[in-house]
Amino acid sequence: MSIDVRGVGKRYGDFVALDDINVSLPTGQLTALLGPSGGGKSTLLRIIAGLETADTGTVDIEGVDATRLPPQKRNVGFVFQHYAVFKHMTVAKNVAFGLEIRKRPKAEVKAKVAELLELVHLSQFAHRLPSQLSGGQRQRLALARALAVEPSVLLLDEPFGALDAKVRKELRDWLRRLHDEVHVTTVFVTHDQEEALEVADEIVVINEGRIEQIGSPDELYDEPANDFVMGFLGAVTRLGPLALRPHDIEVAVEPGVVGSTPGVVQRALRVGFEVRLTVDVEGQEEPVLVVLSRTHARALDLELGSRVWLSPTTGATTVPVLGVPREAVVSA
Amino acid sequence: MTDTLVTPPGPAPTRGRPSGTAKSSGGLFRLTPTSGLGLGVALVWFSVLVLLPLAAVVGAAAEGGFGRFWDTLTDAQTFAALRLTVVEALLVTLVNAVVGTVVAWVLVRDQFPGKRVLDVVIDIPFALPTIVAGLVLLSLWGPESPVGVNIVNTRQGIFLALLFVTLPFVVRTVQPVLLELDADVEEAAASLGASRLTTFRRVILPSLVPAIAAGSSLGFARAISEFGSLVLISGNTPYETEVASLKILKFLEGDNQAGAAAVAVLLLIVAVLTIVVLDILSRRVARRG
Repeated sequence: MSIDVRGVGKRYGDFVALDDINVSLPTGQLTALLGPSGGGKSTLLRIIAGLETADTGTVDIEGVDATRLPPQKRNVGFVFQHYAVFKHMTVAKNVAFGLEIRKRPKAEVKAKVAELLELVHLSQFAHRLPSQLSGGQRQRLALARALAVEPSVLLLDEPFGALDAKVRKELRDWLRRLHDEVHVTTVFVTHDQEEALEVADEIVVINEGRIEQIGSPDELYDEPANDFVMGFLGAVTRLGPLALRPHDIEVAVEPGVVGSTPGVVQRALRVGFEVRLTVDVEGQEEPVLVVLSRTHARALDLELGSRVWLSPTTGATTVPVLGVPREAVVSA
Repeated sequence: MTDTLVTPPGPAPTRGRPSGTAKSSGGLFRLTPTSGLGLGVALVWFSVLVLLPLAAVVGAAAEGGFGRFWDTLTDAQTFAALRLTVVEALLVTLVNAVVGTVVAWVLVRDQFPGKRVLDVVIDIPFALPTIVAGLVLLSLWGPESPVGVNIVNTRQGIFLALLFVTLPFVVRTVQPVLLELDADVEEAAASLGASRLTTFRRVILPSLVPAIAAGSSLGFARAISEFGSLVLISGNTPYETEVASLKILKFLEGDNQAGAAAVAVLLLIVAVLTIVVLDILSRRVARRG
């Protein structure tokens, strides 16, 4: 195990940021800490890096108890959301920083910097200042700088959060490929489930200071441990006693399937290749959301007010709805 | 991957650095009527208030010819006064650069009771009429000093008075820059293995140097021109504690306009040179890291 977190807790006054966190991250893996803002995932990452201290528990990095070590001694690379590049240094100087501090010979530093700039595609910008780079380039610079000291783990805190959607997607793919090349144990924090599902080998879902589930992207998506994980990883709707994904609902225009639920189409919205239906169902206050492909919707010849029968598709991921929804309690 | 290079239009904003890198865009002298008017007003204002009087002083100094100008400045007593002024001002500037940065650091980074009060008190030497500053110093360090230390008519007295009136400059220029510094840059340096000291020297200080230089130039300019507080403290003994501003007064009282103007022009030259040198220096340091 490369990183071993045991019983870590952290409070800020009355606010519990982390509550008895236990997680082990194997060497060479790309792990995502996924969860809503304020859920504690960044705090956990910063505790692993030594930028925050845990109130309780221990952190082992590569078998060494790092709980009391300052960040300087942990040999971790850290990448920040807002790049945190050294503005007064050139790109090459930024990357060389960690090596120069370690008093490596000049020739070695030079070779290593050239190699890393090649890796992050910034070779031609070596002598520029960070202010002359775009956001995506600055983040790649930050990554090269962190990798220069050959860290035993690489930690990224919302690394693509400050970038626009297109660049974010590019960098995401690039990070995945970089990781396949460099193989350093990597942990990154994100609140974007698509990012986590696409890039990570393993996802740790954190909410309100607790771990909700740990698993591969497929496991999490197909077998969510609870309705929070299910809801966080994608759209969820309710059909009778079940919570399920809108695309996992079969729509029929005749009452064919046993146990199917009748309803009336209230709204049909076409977004790109899909059609989103809002269906009113008897005995259920909130309407059911259904997503169909455009061709499928056309084949069914649906329009507003059509009567439809809904049932979960075979093999649909479902989670029983727990208790009564909060709104219902309030209104009662 | 497709490259995400976006060439930023024009020079990127550099925080806390004196500007001067702005390039004119779109050819020479293409002004809209409003900007033309604005420029006109600014130039007239600046000329009437600053340029014309400066030119007049230079003219007055040149009246007796270069020989007279030179003789005035090389006169032993005048030269001693000028040297004292510049040396004391340089020393004071040096002390201020260090202490002012430390004070700014404490005010920004540390939490302690009375912080807000201290933050206000810093400005008192700046807000006080300088003659009052002289009086304040005199009441503690004067002939009737309650602590028994009399600095009147000593060079230490001049040094102290100059320190007093120039204290806020570096503090007030460095403070906002320190406030703006991102904490994560320091954390990045720490995770790369840099000690607190290395982080300060290689990451924080280069960002502060332009501000320190700007504050120091202001402080230096104030120090070589200081008059009010020194009238009471310095004692004005020729060769010993006579400073340039008081020397100018003496020339004027002796009806020697040209002499006064000569000293004034020299002070002007020293001030301009210092500001330019500090600016160049700060750019170098800020760049090198």
